[in-house]
Amino acid sequence: MEIILNNKSERFEQSHLSIEELIHLKNYTFKMLVTRLNDKLVKKEDRTATQIEDGDKVDILHLMSGG
Amino acid sequence: MTFEHIKESLADKTVGIAGAGGLGSNCAMALARSGVGNLIIVDFDVIDFSNLNRQYYFYHQLGKKKVLALKENVQKVYPNINVTALAVRLEAHHISSVFKDCDVIVEAFDQKETKEMIIETVMDEMPEKPLVVGSGMAGWGKNSLLKTEQSGNLYVCGDQIHEVSDDMPPLAPRVGIVAMMQANQVLEILLGEM
Repeated sequence: MEIILNNKSERFEQSHLSIEELIHLKNYTFKMLVTRLNDKLVKKEDRTATQIEDGDKVDILHLMSGG
Repeated sequence: MTFEHIKESLADKTVGIAGAGGLGSNCAMALARSGVGNLIIVDFDVIDFSNLNRQYYFYHQLGKKKVLALKENVQKVYPNINVTALAVRLEAHHISSVFKDCDVIVEAFDQKETKEMIIETVMDEMPEKPLVVGSGMAGWGKNSLLKTEQSGNLYVCGDQIHEVSDDMPPLAPRVGIVAMMQANQVLEILLGEM
């Protein structure tokens, strides 16, 4: 499937992925992440149950301290 | 658009700023100078000596509540700007009532945990509200890494790489640039593209 991940088109062999699986697949090891699917927040506890499908738009925002 | 027109369209706008540190204090001053008529600023903290390296405060204001000092500094420039200064620790259950009348919300906290809290709460409870976040601004130099990324009504300013640590402190230029990027993004949201 092909999805828009952080504004960039990416292709994956899998036809289905959960948000949690995508985080592991991309090796995003940061602790503080905010995830959205099609501009809608996916809460931490819902990442395993939330499935991504072909054409979906996914945002994974890595937050870091400083301000 | 002339500056008179810009001021006219910004005069009745309200911007919420969560945090009055390096990002929030500098962003508030830029928005005030540009003509934004109403600011709602939330921060529980007081001004510490270590803040003076980047935050829009002065030596004689040490020990003061940041929001009160910021209100004072904004109104020294333009006395007519409405500043609602809330000296409270912003918690998730406050957010939708504190910021409900804002046209845009600026996330200007320093700790990633509180950044996450406000971003998740705004997205969950007020998904239509534009939110301008700062992430990645520690250290110095590397101008070309600083950018703004948009996804829907979420805007992320910063390099998304450099986190604050003992060896990578926040300094006036980079924090200031990101604060200005946030203010600049707010103007684009409120005025449209130039």
